[in-house]
Amino acid sequence: MRRSRVAVAQIAPILGDVHKNLAIHERVAREAMAREANLLVFPELSLTGYFLKDQVPSVAMTEEAPLLDPLRALSRRIALVVGFVEEGPGHRFHNAAAYLEGGEIRHVHRKVYLPTYGIFDEQRYLAAGGAVRAFQTALGRMAILICEDMWHPAAAGIAAWDGAEVLICPSASPGRGPGAEQPFQNAATWERVLRAYGDLFTCYVLYANRVGYEDGACFWGGSEVIGPTGDTVEKGAYLEETLVVGSLEPGALRRARIANPLLRDERLELTQREIVRILRAQERAAGGRVD
Amino acid sequence: MSDLQIDAEMVRRILTGFIDNEVRKAGFARVVLGLSGGVDSTLAAYLAAEALGPDNVTALVMPYRTSNPESAAHADLVVKALKIPSLTVDITPMVDAYFAQFPEADMVRRGNKMARERMTILFDHSAGQQALVLGTSNKTELLLGYGTLYGDMASALNPLGDLYKTQVRQLARHLGVPPVIVDKQPSADLWAGQTDEAELGFTYEAVDRVLYLLVDCRHEVADLVAQGTYSEEFVRAVYRKVQGSQYKRRLPVIAKISARTIDRDFRYPRDWGR
Repeated sequence: MRRSRVAVAQIAPILGDVHKNLAIHERVAREAMAREANLLVFPELSLTGYFLKDQVPSVAMTEEAPLLDPLRALSRRIALVVGFVEEGPGHRFHNAAAYLEGGEIRHVHRKVYLPTYGIFDEQRYLAAGGAVRAFQTALGRMAILICEDMWHPAAAGIAAWDGAEVLICPSASPGRGPGAEQPFQNAATWERVLRAYGDLFTCYVLYANRVGYEDGACFWGGSEVIGPTGDTVEKGAYLEETLVVGSLEPGALRRARIANPLLRDERLELTQREIVRILRAQERAAGGRVD
Repeated sequence: MSDLQIDAEMVRRILTGFIDNEVRKAGFARVVLGLSGGVDSTLAAYLAAEALGPDNVTALVMPYRTSNPESAAHADLVVKALKIPSLTVDITPMVDAYFAQFPEADMVRRGNKMARERMTILFDHSAGQQALVLGTSNKTELLLGYGTLYGDMASALNPLGDLYKTQVRQLARHLGVPPVIVDKQPSADLWAGQTDEAELGFTYEAVDRVLYLLVDCRHEVADLVAQGTYSEEFVRAVYRKVQGSQYKRRLPVIAKISARTIDRDFRYPRDWGR
């Protein structure tokens, strides 16, 4: 991992307007560059807004879309993580985030866990991704998990076991349940999860949560850079647009992994064995039932 | 377990942000609201004045001849405290002219007519002032159906619809609403001596706790009854009110003919293109 400055763009995307959102991306990228950031992370679906419903196909784009060209060009000067609706093979639409660097897309993560409960309805409109992968960048090895992906610890585990030193989480978290210290109850849960992952997977966690309102739902912000001992490196304000800038220190990562060599002691073959056993038991149980 | 406590300062920030965002996104800068002098419309006025600036909030006070004079006095108190523009429109002539043709109408019909008369005045001023109508219904009355469909339930945006009555009071106190307004007996003020709690048959404290457990915490009626804190009669009465008023919280049901029917399989956010 290289010593670098990372920025998190806590913006309020405009629902369904990719051109206006592109302009926001370009403006914030200039600000991040002025603050000497090497990487800028935008929230989930930052180019489109979140509660799209039937607009999903209308705002979807492929990785080759000309709309992404200005961002590709910008990425020669600052690495970017941007959220968009990807139209994949077979006209499947994915909630996706791309890592752009050196003028090209280095990696695309398609959201694996599509929440479809409570306020959420993603599986109605979107197809689930099928992979969690860490990937190499000029700044270090990273992985992207989009919002709900983070609520499945196995996904974060895979990212860490695959060598991620930086876990990037673009998010569009609508507040639920009145909070006290945090604006909403689910914000408190998020803050515990982010710190636990930093601590347990001894990695940096970049949490980019949006702000603004869609159909009365409030996105609460509070974006963070969390260090590899679960400590807060930088934290953004709640409920308002801001740019959060923090540093990634290779020394801090090294010290954390010396103090807590949890990844060294990981037992993947045991995990694999037990998962296979559980899967087989579940298959037997499912097969034994007459539906 | 019942936790209806809110962090009032946090909710204040969220709701003023909501009003500012939803009004401007729609291309407006102003709101109009019906100010009764009760705690709900007063709180809505306080939040809107903070969000948009007092000059951008117009209060319409719309008494009927049987309205309690104290209501208009309290509305005046709010107008002066917030320094917002206001206008009094007496709805007696229109309502009485109408019921001269239907003298047999009962109190419910008359009350609903008054609520809808006020609605037409609000939406007329909305057009006249390039302003959105700010709703003032709280979660308790929306869930119980204790409101007039297309009357006081009609608005463009509603900052209070996810706050129970007891939470409205908490927030109102925090914003400095005069105690005389926060602490008085809630009333639709459709006739002399009417109070919400007498008409509903239970107190807001009790019904808010049951609604919170049923709606927010997803308790089943049977489980709640089995716990023994609330009588079966009370819990079932609340549940029946919620279920029976579901139609008031939805658009009219549309007979499905086409491949894509509004709100069924033609689904766009309300903020579509905003």
